[in-house]
Amino acid sequence: MSWTHSLTLVAPEELLSVTGLVLLLASAWSRGQRDARAITWLSVLALAIAAIIVVPALCGGLRGDAANAFDGLYSGDSFAAFAKLLVYAAAGASLLIAPVFFEKARSMRPEYPVLVLFAVAGMGMMVSATNLLTLYVGLELNSLAAYVLAAFLRNDQRSAEAGLKYFVLGALASGILLFGMSLTYGFAGTTSFAGIAAALTGDISTGALFGLVFMLAGLAFKISAAPFHMWTPDVYEGAPTPVTMFFASAPKVAALALTMRIAIVPFGAQTVAWQQIVIVVSLMSIIIGALGAIGQSNLKRLLAYSSINNVGFLLIGLAAATPAGVGAMLVYLAIYVAMTVGGFVALLMLKDVDGNQVEQIDQIAGLSRERKVLSLCFAMVMLSLAGIPPLFGFWGKFVVFQAAVAADLLPLAIIGIAASVIGAFYYLKVVKVMYFDEPAGVALGKSDWVHQALLLLAALIISPLGYLLTKWLSDLSSLAAGALFAGT
Amino acid sequence: MTGFPILTLLLAVPLLAALGCLLAGAQTARRLALAATLIDFALGVVLWSRYDIGGAQWQFTENVALFAGFSYKLGIDGIALLLIMLSVFLMPICIGASWRSIDKRVGEYMAAFLLMETLMIGVFAAQDLFLFYIMFEAGLIPMYLIIGVWGGADRIYASYKFFLYTLLGSVLMLIAMMWMVNDAGTTDIPTLMAYDFPVGAQKWLWLAFFASFAVKMPMWPVHTWLPDAHVQAPTAGSVILAGVLLKMGGYGFIRFSLPMFPEASAQFAPLIFALSMIAVIATSLIALVQHDMKKLIAYSSVAHMAIVTIGLFAFNVQGLEGSMIVMLSHGLVSGALFLAVGVIYDRLHTREINRYGGLAISMPRYALFFMLFTMASVGLPGTSGFVGEVLALTGVYQVSSWVAAVCGMGVILGAAYMLYLYRRVVFGIQANPDAAAMTDLDLREWLMMVPLAGAVLWMGIYPESFLRPMRQDIAALDARLSRARPTGDATLTPGKPQSAVRAVTETGHEQPASAPMRAH
Repeated sequence: MSWTHSLTLVAPEELLSVTGLVLLLASAWSRGQRDARAITWLSVLALAIAAIIVVPALCGGLRGDAANAFDGLYSGDSFAAFAKLLVYAAAGASLLIAPVFFEKARSMRPEYPVLVLFAVAGMGMMVSATNLLTLYVGLELNSLAAYVLAAFLRNDQRSAEAGLKYFVLGALASGILLFGMSLTYGFAGTTSFAGIAAALTGDISTGALFGLVFMLAGLAFKISAAPFHMWTPDVYEGAPTPVTMFFASAPKVAALALTMRIAIVPFGAQTVAWQQIVIVVSLMSIIIGALGAIGQSNLKRLLAYSSINNVGFLLIGLAAATPAGVGAMLVYLAIYVAMTVGGFVALLMLKDVDGNQVEQIDQIAGLSRERKVLSLCFAMVMLSLAGIPPLFGFWGKFVVFQAAVAADLLPLAIIGIAASVIGAFYYLKVVKVMYFDEPAGVALGKSDWVHQALLLLAALIISPLGYLLTKWLSDLSSLAAGALFAGT
Repeated sequence: MTGFPILTLLLAVPLLAALGCLLAGAQTARRLALAATLIDFALGVVLWSRYDIGGAQWQFTENVALFAGFSYKLGIDGIALLLIMLSVFLMPICIGASWRSIDKRVGEYMAAFLLMETLMIGVFAAQDLFLFYIMFEAGLIPMYLIIGVWGGADRIYASYKFFLYTLLGSVLMLIAMMWMVNDAGTTDIPTLMAYDFPVGAQKWLWLAFFASFAVKMPMWPVHTWLPDAHVQAPTAGSVILAGVLLKMGGYGFIRFSLPMFPEASAQFAPLIFALSMIAVIATSLIALVQHDMKKLIAYSSVAHMAIVTIGLFAFNVQGLEGSMIVMLSHGLVSGALFLAVGVIYDRLHTREINRYGGLAISMPRYALFFMLFTMASVGLPGTSGFVGEVLALTGVYQVSSWVAAVCGMGVILGAAYMLYLYRRVVFGIQANPDAAAMTDLDLREWLMMVPLAGAVLWMGIYPESFLRPMRQDIAALDARLSRARPTGDATLTPGKPQSAVRAVTETGHEQPASAPMRAH
């Protein structure tokens, strides 16, 4: 395996790290919001170029040895490419919506796009990692950038609290993950995924099982799956809204992709051992996410619980442990990113006449009479998150449940889908408040055109027109899932 | 795809008009909605006239591979044709009923109704299992908005109840559908209708579908969302809810439960009979004591739908045909009754029965129409209600004379509460001066009532027009069900061969009278 080949495979991460460093240098000399805006746009450009770089790997279905870089430390296969595209899209959206938000708070600084770029580079490593060490480096690169991002509004107490909370709990989770990795290394004798898979065949020893459990627990924290979800509502509420959107989309995609790869590649022979864990975590997330959201009066907290709920549905695909299940998760993730972007952009567009953000549910009462298009789009996002056809969110749930049924996990499918009705209750509540209640007359502020364009794009994807993408999505996701299973 | 995609056009016209209504002002939205529904009705008439009775089972088929996992496949048989006709016939009337009574957010209201029409037609025309599901479920959103935004005082509770009840019923069906597709390897409804699922699995599949259709239908004891939804919905919402949405449950039984799981259907027929018998008696008695006109009609809907279910699970041609006619008739009659309530509600803004009285004096034309629809609901010969109920009860009599007797009682109770309602509202003295001052039907209301009255009489006097398109499909369904048909308690014991004939053969004499006797 030649160096040039390896370096070509890692091209998107190289590009993003180098751009990040260069922009960091440039930001030292930048002054004022204009420069920060320019750096933001350059970062978006870098993400777009990185996306173009990974497309051939995805469409070509790159897999196996051809995708291996640096002697099995890293894999640029089409699975990683699929996840990276989603991460880049989500990160790009979080960059685009940021300037307007931060300029209002007079804190638009060029560090924001730079940190996002570093986080994205870390995520790229996470989804491509085929070795425990690469995995950890990627995860920490992402997490450290994320802790700072959560506290980005440094004069805002809530934001600082969110950053601290995220850091303490994130560090704990990283510790748990590391502990699991060390146990796994101890019992497998190697840190490479392929090596672990070869070592852990047949009955799993108790020690290795502990390693697996701790690793899954650490990852469950990163994807905010119950019972490791406690930090999510607080961090989501406290962090600046563009950052919250970033947290709810990009790192979640990366961490889920990483979880998939760990479950399928190194522990592919131990499906029985992790399947029941995933089933329990999935059902708990669905139910806790749904019940927890019911009492919320803050829209950001509501969306936080909604993301816990959605992670539960996503994990149903992993519980199936089949290529179809993984493909279904990827499809769901793509739709989830569109819904999350739509939901948070709509939330950002809710401002009062002075331009202050509106976050309470009762403040958007009767919004449908004041802001027709905005409330229509927001209602679509909500119903789509609830999985009501003909909105596209239904398709995500549909494919994961189909995978679960095909894998004979009928009880999981039945309980999961019945619990989705609980979730429908609070999504409907938002629609009810916007459409049925008398206008509160609060959220009357004007919106930025970038926000409008992004919201319309997201609404277009989750509208029934999104079904026209199903063929394309299912082809690409099965290529990606095939790449993940190629080695096993 | 064969020929002109008329079904797609039927779906597209209201959909496009719905988008237009969202952007248009109030008066334009009304006109646009009326035009779109009338165009759809005209297309429906074309569809009916072009439908080749006795031809292929599935006609006007279209199939475009647009999606992964399911396909855009449309096609109708006689059963679907009639239900589509019912939908497109009722829609212009609904728009007419909302012409004046809806004065806030008219564009959105019309858009919701037109979207509803697309989805209803889609449900009946879908030939792909998941396409059906998407259309079936999607109807919840516009109906939720219609009840919640334009409904009465307690609309929010009603809209939630409607949404969550029906959603919970449907999601279990979705899992069952996935299992079926996984087992049979196709999402094509006609193929699945001929596919034999393992008898053990049929039971669970049937129950999952039952959970959805029983709620939609609605059957006792999961009917409680219906009175709430009806009472709170605006008039046109009630019409479409009673007229078409409830029919989706019955359609589901005919299209899915019966042909796909015949053995399980036979096994669960006693359950259906028991629930239906309770429903007929209980809801009729409840209807008898209602003070709210809409609630009374809502409960009568539950009772009528119970007649539909017993007819369906009678497993014979009469029962199936009777159920279909009851569904069509109920669609027209209950729709007309809700309209009739709407007419006086628009004037006095109350649904309280005691607030009216003696309307025959001040509103004679209204009283006449109300009378006709009351009689049709009761099942008077000459109206559509009679044809359906007689057929359905004849069908079930062959299976169980007890069920037929109990449900027959229900029909008598039906006469009681409807005539009691009519007496209190229309006859008697004009106790309330404001009710007495109400004006008779105006031209718009008259134009809504006349087509309904015509259709009710047509179906009552010459039901053959409606039976003919679906005869072949009912026969096919009956043949499919024959292998699982339960034996009834009222089966006629075959008599002994006629002694006269035997006597002739024994003696060897020629008997000229034997030939005509055999002919009997």
